Amino acid sequence: MKKLLTLLLTLTLAIGVFAACGNTSDSSDNGNKSVKVGLICLHDENSTYDKNFIDAFNAACNAKGVTAVIKTGIPEGQKCYDEAADMADDDVKLVFADSFGHESYMIQAARQFTNVQFFHATGTQAHTVKLANYHNAFASIYEGRYIAGVAAGAKLAAMYKNKELKPVNFDDDGNVKVGYVGAFTYAEVISGYTSWFLGVRNTFEELVEDKSVSMQVQFTGSWYDEKGEETAANTLISNGAALISQHADSWGAPNACEKAGIPNVSYNGSTESRCPNTFVISSRINWQPYFESCIDAYLNNVTVGYDYTGSLGTTYTDGSVCLTELGKTAPTTGTQALIDTAAAKLRNKELFVFDVSTFTVKGVHLDSYLADVDDLKDDKNQSTYEPDTEVIKVDEKTGIKYFAESEFRSAPYFDLRIDGITLLNQLY
Amino acid sequence: MTNSNKTQQREPLFHITKRTDIPLWKSLLIRVGAIVLGLLIIAIICSIMFGINPFAVFATIIEGNFGTERRFWILLQDTALLLVVGLALIPAFKMKFWNLGGNGQVLVGALATVAVMKFLGGELPDGIVWVIMLLASVIAGAIWAVIPAIFKAFFNTNESLFTLMMNYIAEALVLYFVYIWKTGASDTIEPMPMGNLPTIGNPFLLTIIVAAIITVFLAIYLKFSKHGYEISVVGESQNTAKYIGINVKKVVIRTLVLSGAMCGLVGLLLAGAIDHTMSATTAQNMGFTGIMVAWLAKFNPIIMVLSALGIQFLTKGMGRVQKKFGITSDAVSNIMIGLIYFFVIACEFFISYKIHINLKSKNKAKNSDGGNK
Repeated sequence: MKKLLTLLLTLTLAIGVFAACGNTSDSSDNGNKSVKVGLICLHDENSTYDKNFIDAFNAACNAKGVTAVIKTGIPEGQKCYDEAADMADDDVKLVFADSFGHESYMIQAARQFTNVQFFHATGTQAHTVKLANYHNAFASIYEGRYIAGVAAGAKLAAMYKNKELKPVNFDDDGNVKVGYVGAFTYAEVISGYTSWFLGVRNTFEELVEDKSVSMQVQFTGSWYDEKGEETAANTLISNGAALISQHADSWGAPNACEKAGIPNVSYNGSTESRCPNTFVISSRINWQPYFESCIDAYLNNVTVGYDYTGSLGTTYTDGSVCLTELGKTAPTTGTQALIDTAAAKLRNKELFVFDVSTFTVKGVHLDSYLADVDDLKDDKNQSTYEPDTEVIKVDEKTGIKYFAESEFRSAPYFDLRIDGITLLNQLY
Repeated sequence: MTNSNKTQQREPLFHITKRTDIPLWKSLLIRVGAIVLGLLIIAIICSIMFGINPFAVFATIIEGNFGTERRFWILLQDTALLLVVGLALIPAFKMKFWNLGGNGQVLVGALATVAVMKFLGGELPDGIVWVIMLLASVIAGAIWAVIPAIFKAFFNTNESLFTLMMNYIAEALVLYFVYIWKTGASDTIEPMPMGNLPTIGNPFLLTIIVAAIITVFLAIYLKFSKHGYEISVVGESQNTAKYIGINVKKVVIRTLVLSGAMCGLVGLLLAGAIDHTMSATTAQNMGFTGIMVAWLAKFNPIIMVLSALGIQFLTKGMGRVQKKFGITSDAVSNIMIGLIYFFVIACEFFISYKIHINLKSKNKAKNSDGGNK
């Protein structure tokens, strides 16, 4: 009965209404050293992906005065369950894991150790399995990418006005071409490049009359493939891309852009050090607010929902979605004001990245779309990939109709192929 | 006189002779000494680099293996797996067939297991599914080992390169099928609900029992069976083997079938009883670590239990050290484990050879008794 009650309570708190979101209650009185908090990492600090988690985790644990326990090099198999169970045996109260494939093993541990809270970044199943002690997390990084797109759009408009663009930079319809290097053709990447593209196009259309933007996307089939990303960027450049962004973890694309003198919008952090002439801006996910709010919730005995979706902070560095400083040479003057305006509008919910009036799919503005949010399984535990949730919503305050990304679960599910974007290949 | 002086000047600082009669206690003492020395160096490095109390390092290594019941069972389970891979390699190694394809043979075993679980799990009674899983994994492993063996036997190809290349093919195959059979948005197969091997007592015991049976079987097979004898003759000299009427090709192929089948069995245990899924890293590089297990024990199956246990003990202990002291670079524990390996392997030199240092003060004595070593 008590379990049922907690379940109901968590249900009410679930999804998007995460109580401790943005909670600033300061409990760093260092009286919590006995509270152990664990992090399970796929690789070690030599992987930029894991390092991003490790640094944020250590910073959060320091800020909250709890003891950090980090285990690196745990593959996506039974070893993940073993490690989660080992942490539970060691009286670790909250266990985090950082890799997508860890999810089923974390769920297995959560079922067994009901007095320990398990958190899994990038996963999709928490709101479907409905365990009171198992939670997913992601960040609304599409908002960060949109803002980065605004900076890119401003740059592109300046290049157009200064007549820096060559004939090769225009497509058959006279649109300016940009390019994007993606890892895989899943929702996470599609959501990313579409939001970036909308940022570029909206801004460019605002600044330049009668002209628009189109984009080509080249996938590499890997999260980290320096050579592959470089080749993909060079393909896009030779196809006439005037500006490039990417969603993959190596230096391949930024370096290729620097060599070719093509402005680049980066991801995961600034690439200014090695690409001083072409670096525009970069977005990244900062996991520290997420870790801190989970620790706070535990210390204050607050129940947390199934999903945590981190968002923009009050500045560009204190939220879950962060943006670097603008590059020193590449961005055009007035960019800062443009991105500040966009960020403020996003924070106040006056602007929605996936506003359906700003894009079309096969020539039509969408009124309704079912997305695969619940990741339902058939009796063989195989994903059915069946669309199950209506994700087009109308905002009550502004009346804007938009695709509600990361509202029904934290991990991205935007998988629409919008007009204006051409995929050169597809890799899953 | 001048002549002999000249030779003395040319004499190196030391020379070595082969030991033939080292008593067992002395050789054991050298080995234990090497491990202790290695651990001491590790402790010193840890305390200098990370400011950790050296005694805490030792305590943590112990804690990482025996701290909880779960850790102890996992130590035994992982030892059992590594041991079977090591055991699988020795019949081939005794024949001087350098099978570096352990990883690939384990992987195809796992792949065959997952295929059976996927398509037959829940369709047929569990007992039948288990038998098919066993056959499929063992045959898959055997095929993966026998292909290089056939080429070696008939065309005298280089088996080290061949088996090594087979690892990459196996890995690519597994990646391909993971991609085809993936169950979520990312490239992973979630644990299979059907067709898992039974749990005996606790989830770890089945693997341990299988390893124990295989150890005893292989010890007897190599030492007392006719096959075992043929393997050692082929290893010593192929010409002798031919001379006494052993069909070398047959022995090579038969032995590699056995070797691959045992690796396939490890794949079965990993996919069917432990992970319930597979990935490109399912083999955990045991195909290579297993070589170390085999060599350290000089291909003696019973002593291999100790070498496999030692390697797992160290790996888990250092993993714990890293976790406990907040070291987030895996390089640290890899270097430490490498250092211990270095000491252990180096000490074998001192067990096999004796070092004579040629000090000048001894020259006179040497001259007077006219000794010449």
